[in-house]
Amino acid sequence: MSDIAPSARDFRTVTDEIVDISLDYPDRRAWWMCFIPALLLLLSFLVSVTVLFWYGVGVWGNNIPMGWALAISNYIFFLGIGHAGTLISALLLLLVQHWRNSLNRFAEAMTLFAVICGALYPLVHLGRPWLFYWMAPYPNTMTVWPQFKSPLTWDFFAVLTYLIVSILFWYIGIVPDLASARDRATRRRYQVFFGLFALGWRGSARHWARWRQSYRLTAAIAVPLVVSVHSEISMLLAAGPIAGWNSTVFPPYFVAGAAFSGFAVVSMIAVVLRHALGLRNLVTSRHLDLLAKLTLLCGMMTAYGYWAETFDTLYGNDPQELETMRDRLVGVYAWSYWGAVFLNFVPLQLLWWHRVRVNPALLFLIGLSCVIGMWMERYMLLVTTLYRDWLVSSWQRYHPSIWDWSLFAGMLGVFFTLFLLFVRFLPVISAFEIKEAMFEEKQERKETGRA
Amino acid sequence: MPQIFTASADTRLRTAALLLVAVFVVSLLFTAGFMNSTYLTSVGWVVTQPVPFSHEHHVGGLGLDCRYCHASVEVSAQASLPATHVCMTCHSQIWTGAPVLAPVRASLADNKPLHWQRVARLPDYVYFNHSIHISRGVPCVECHGRVDRMPLLARAKPFTMEFCLDCHRDPGPHLRPRDQVTRMDWSGWHEDPQFARKQLQAFGIQPDKLTNCYICHR
Repeated sequence: MSDIAPSARDFRTVTDEIVDISLDYPDRRAWWMCFIPALLLLLSFLVSVTVLFWYGVGVWGNNIPMGWALAISNYIFFLGIGHAGTLISALLLLLVQHWRNSLNRFAEAMTLFAVICGALYPLVHLGRPWLFYWMAPYPNTMTVWPQFKSPLTWDFFAVLTYLIVSILFWYIGIVPDLASARDRATRRRYQVFFGLFALGWRGSARHWARWRQSYRLTAAIAVPLVVSVHSEISMLLAAGPIAGWNSTVFPPYFVAGAAFSGFAVVSMIAVVLRHALGLRNLVTSRHLDLLAKLTLLCGMMTAYGYWAETFDTLYGNDPQELETMRDRLVGVYAWSYWGAVFLNFVPLQLLWWHRVRVNPALLFLIGLSCVIGMWMERYMLLVTTLYRDWLVSSWQRYHPSIWDWSLFAGMLGVFFTLFLLFVRFLPVISAFEIKEAMFEEKQERKETGRA
Repeated sequence: MPQIFTASADTRLRTAALLLVAVFVVSLLFTAGFMNSTYLTSVGWVVTQPVPFSHEHHVGGLGLDCRYCHASVEVSAQASLPATHVCMTCHSQIWTGAPVLAPVRASLADNKPLHWQRVARLPDYVYFNHSIHISRGVPCVECHGRVDRMPLLARAKPFTMEFCLDCHRDPGPHLRPRDQVTRMDWSGWHEDPQFARKQLQAFGIQPDKLTNCYICHR
């Protein structure tokens, strides 16, 4: 099976194709057309956060019983899409799946930026965000530790660990390509920029040996984090004595859902990047096919989660749980439940057909549907559960305010700004890993030819 | 192709990275030291008062009881600062012409209180009640130090949360007989080994409840 189309058979052309994008971007107009809206969204982020910090969390629609609302559902959403990048990069690296080499770099970058967006949410939703460091255990004159029973503290450790490992993994992976960019750069600015971040990489055998060790080690640390971080997030719901959050299927359901939304995002990014940057011979239809299959797989696992949750509730026969289920199915927020079910699982079924899987436009649309569906799922999980809690007197509808939405739009701006800068200035695909895969493939062919 | 970096670039990058780490560590250490410094806790920093009142002279020398001036300490959250009339119970008779007491006489004449500056100040998000501490036998000296040795009053203990919690987590050894609560020098006091346990039991003090957030933050 061929991983890479024939036009990129030569090692030099692979590096040229990838590194030249950073050194001499092909379609600057199109890039600016995307970057300016992204900057406007970033402006929305800055304004929303300023308003939020000035007036406090009261500018949002949160109110008892809806203490957790968009801030937490978006936090779960962003962190969730990040997990696919780690799975593609680290898990498939350890499983020696060479086809990942065309996808891992931008998938990891997506992870990194999604984790940054995710991490910002718990920070800004604090009443006094300037005291965020209170979540860290450090010797202090209060002689108190963080409350280890609090989900906020779990978030702190989970996200910080994930962020550090994601940065390390992404950066270690990009160093050899930064060195190729440095060597090919002709302008002084680029030479210095890439040179500094390439950390003096010369590609000696010793460099490669060290690199391989550290890259694989970081990958081995990163893979379990996917499971632990998103299980932690499901536990932070389960820690609340709230009907509808205590199903035992939650951790695997959350992990599958996270990977599902993440693979959908990676598919969308792959479709857009190969089109915009003319990388069709590096990100081939085989890659789209595999991404679509992964999306389908995780989607069906998530669907099982829905099923298991419903079964749990009916089998458990607890009146409160049943009431919450009724709220989900036919309550005022039923649109979020049925929206999630429909957008997540109905268009997804098209991916059973090969023709659909390799069709970029269709794959993009299906991916988009899954991402919106998974966003609705997180919204549904929080809102349908909380708005009618145990205390009937506190039942209240939840309406996100304009500042809730502007912050969400702004967070998308943070994501797009970072991602566009990455696309513009850094090698979006791992050139040296593709070349390694090509080399090994050639060797294999030679050997089989001899035999 | 010409060299992009000079031969020393590697060393410089490493030095910069090392410096960055050093700056980070030093700033952490500095912050840790600063948080415990008397600049923040005011321990030993004399506060300027309208009259240079000497606790050493009045408490140590004359043997006045704390409650003579801080009259509401047993019944109220505030120990309270003495009214001018309290000073005048004695100073209408002795040192009537002393120049240093001029502000006190002026205060009485004009019927305007003296602006004593608070030394033992707690943040306003802390709920502290003097009366309960006194009635359980926490001696004044425990928090205010040997005021009988202070010619000019300064804070004796850092009023950090750590300071409060140290006692709230293990109050027993800090307790003294209720009737001697204003005693300053406890060096000669031979504690009955069962005293702390008896006091805790008698007052129903449960240390694990004393560290609940709402005990001090309401």
